[in-house]
Amino acid sequence: MSAHAEHNSHHHAPSGFKRWLFTTNHKDIGSLYLIFSLIMFLIGGAMAMVIRAELFQPGLQFVDPHFFNQMTTVHGLIMVFGAVMPAFVGLANWMVPMMIGAPDMALPRMNNWSFWILPFAFSILIASLFMEGGGPDFGWTFYAPLSTTYSNDNTALFVFAVHIMGISSIMGAINVVVTIVNMRAPGMTWMKLPLFVWTWLITAFLLIAVMPVLAGAVTMVLTDKYFGTDFFNAAGGGDPVMFQHIFWFFGHPEVYIMILPAFGIISTIIPTFARKPLFGYASMVYATASIALLSFIVWAHHMFTTGMPLAGELFFMYSTMLISVPTGVKVFNWVATMWRGSMTFEIPMMFSIAFIVLFTLGGFSGLMLAITPVDFQYHDTYFVVAHFHYVLVTGAVFSIMAGVYYWLPKWTGNMYHIGLAKAHFWLSLISVNILFFPMHFVGLAGMPRRIPDYALQFADFNAIISIGGFAFGLSQLLFVVVVIKCARKGDKVDDKVWEGAKGLEWEVASPAPYHTFEQPPVVK
Amino acid sequence: MRLVQLTLWLILMLPQSVFANSQYNLPVGVTDISENVYNLHMIIFLICCVIGVIVFGVMFWSIYHHRKSKGATAAQFHESTKIEILWTAIPFVILIVMAIPATKTLIAMEDTTKADLTIKITGSQWKWHYQYLEHDIEFYSVLSTPREQINNSEDKSDTYLLDVDKPLVLPKDKKVRFLMTSDDVIHSWWVPEFAVKKDANPGFINEAWTRVNEVGVYRGQCAELCGKDHGFMPVVVEVKEVADFDAWLVESKQQKVAAAAEEAASANIAMSKEELMTLGEQVYMTHCAACHQPNGAGLPGVFPALKNSPIALGDINAHIDIVVNGKPATAMQGYAKMLNLKELASVVTYERNAWENNTGDLVQPSDIQQANGEAK
Repeated sequence: MSAHAEHNSHHHAPSGFKRWLFTTNHKDIGSLYLIFSLIMFLIGGAMAMVIRAELFQPGLQFVDPHFFNQMTTVHGLIMVFGAVMPAFVGLANWMVPMMIGAPDMALPRMNNWSFWILPFAFSILIASLFMEGGGPDFGWTFYAPLSTTYSNDNTALFVFAVHIMGISSIMGAINVVVTIVNMRAPGMTWMKLPLFVWTWLITAFLLIAVMPVLAGAVTMVLTDKYFGTDFFNAAGGGDPVMFQHIFWFFGHPEVYIMILPAFGIISTIIPTFARKPLFGYASMVYATASIALLSFIVWAHHMFTTGMPLAGELFFMYSTMLISVPTGVKVFNWVATMWRGSMTFEIPMMFSIAFIVLFTLGGFSGLMLAITPVDFQYHDTYFVVAHFHYVLVTGAVFSIMAGVYYWLPKWTGNMYHIGLAKAHFWLSLISVNILFFPMHFVGLAGMPRRIPDYALQFADFNAIISIGGFAFGLSQLLFVVVVIKCARKGDKVDDKVWEGAKGLEWEVASPAPYHTFEQPPVVK
Repeated sequence: MRLVQLTLWLILMLPQSVFANSQYNLPVGVTDISENVYNLHMIIFLICCVIGVIVFGVMFWSIYHHRKSKGATAAQFHESTKIEILWTAIPFVILIVMAIPATKTLIAMEDTTKADLTIKITGSQWKWHYQYLEHDIEFYSVLSTPREQINNSEDKSDTYLLDVDKPLVLPKDKKVRFLMTSDDVIHSWWVPEFAVKKDANPGFINEAWTRVNEVGVYRGQCAELCGKDHGFMPVVVEVKEVADFDAWLVESKQQKVAAAAEEAASANIAMSKEELMTLGEQVYMTHCAACHQPNGAGLPGVFPALKNSPIALGDINAHIDIVVNGKPATAMQGYAKMLNLKELASVVTYERNAWENNTGDLVQPSDIQQANGEAK
């Protein structure tokens, strides 16, 4: 199989820049997505550094509040839509066809397009920062009427950028669904699908369901601001709280869009290094599906303080608490997979274990936030900031890094520098906790989020948080070094890079040839 | 094991020893509700801790013992219906245990009936307006931390960013109902010690309530991003004994009568340029500089400049009109309610003469009154 594939790698595609611009190859597009998301991660991270520099000490030092608000807004937008989501799409592009024994994605030209519109979306967004009036400054949640009547004239650019990101996501999601439904190798039945494929299939359905809702929300913001409609303007009969309902109906499933593929990656890595099959495969699939379904009926837990009726508050409290059951099942399954395994601790495993512990921490604070009466105290404080950074950074981002360290040797054919990768792991692990853990404390002590300056009792913790932030930011440069070094050269690896690895991706050569599975493998 | 103990000790003790001045948990607060909320918070926190210790304990035990380097061979089991049902059911039971007290507290928090006093709270960019509906008293409450402290040219006070010119005054042991709304964007009124946080939505009215058990001064902040100076919009509440509160009501009413008399009288006085410019600068820095900037240059593309602006250099009446009545559907609010005639006249004069605008125009309180009368 592998010899045959290698022979085909002398393809007749254009070379140089044109190869990348016109490529319809899932591996090329996967690489493009991953490189793009890494660049966005660094740009969004640089904005976080601006935020942390300003918050290092009380008082206004470096930026004015107007620019500070642009930084928090664009940092959020870039990290969500530019770093985390494209990284998962990149991993899906690379791995889904190889995991199900398909030669490529089902819709390769659309695949090309869904990637290549992304750089335009983010160029527009970032360019708006340099225009008169500045970029979006109303938070990544762009609550009306701050984003409509009271926003600056560049809001149209923000709307346009989000539209393009949404189109890209929907196309990517359709591609994933069509590929998984139609292109599985013979014998690859539903309940034999690798979990990464399952979680991505469910994620893709979530994307198709909610990205149009986001498009609707930004369109209403656009017409409210520029064309005199009053969807969210109370003076014209609209309702600003309706904006939040629409936004969070998108926003909550969006949260799971960013974590379900992470579950898939962790469920792939843990069995490999425990040398033991995943515990409770079926319950993992059902838990993922129930989390996805529940995600549609919990959105208003972001809005407890908006003045909902008691019945609404109770409903959204109970439904939100319920999510911890399937999420708990997943964590228990991972632990049970490790139990009585024969574990080794390579870099992907270290990131995965860190993921389990720290994501669960974020899950605990999520459960606390679900309790409505207490949420009144937590809402819009740094406690919330701590919560979602634990699930998104030590959750989603750590899982992406685990995935990259797991599959990078397969992609490049080279092993990365283990020492540097270890340093990257430990520095990230320690600094990320210095960065985000004290945020719980300042949040509970009463520090609101999205403020450029703060009262003196928050000063000590903020200084520590900033130091952690700088350390975490700098540590990621190590990751860049590891990846670039590995792409250039390194110790050659076997087809099956990890001793305990299972799955079709390990049956092709390393580095994975340009075309794989032109003849479908037969899955027993 | 020593290392684990040491680390645990560090994690637990570090906050107390190093951050003696920093708070790191929710306040217990000064109302029955805030105490319930605090207890709920601690119960759920402890439940999470117990679950965490058990789950991570098992995991790390496994990581320590079931490693290849210790010669562990992998078992091949991969499911157990019994145990899977068990660990779905147990969390469910724990959730119900959490939900019961949470529901009770929530029902109590939402019961705004039988209030002794009703106060309407209106947020606007970046100040709070309090209106005692039964007592015909109303006033604005604005950040009073000096700009020099924010710009680091002066030492910061202990209540840095948490000081206002006029705090909200409440009686102790009385049920106070709040009605919340906004004049522009969404704000959120929050006092941690009361466990009250409620959004102020434009065009809608939200309700909340509190009954404070202890006299004192309590500080909070706006909790919903509301534009550039969201971080500079504190809430300060002074809780007094009922008798003191009643005395404060009487005093406030007297002040209101006196202010009205002064207002009427001020229409007849002529202020000197010096007086106008001094008071004008003071008013400008408090109310206008946040957007139009202390140097009058504005923020291009966001807030218009006043220096060399057609309004500050053009028709006086148009200038007065925009200051007094605001400009609809923009961040420019009307200041008729917030400032008196003298202050309005001064700030318009200041804007027409500061930063090389040098029109030489003097606006007197009577001009404002006249312009106001014409508008009506």
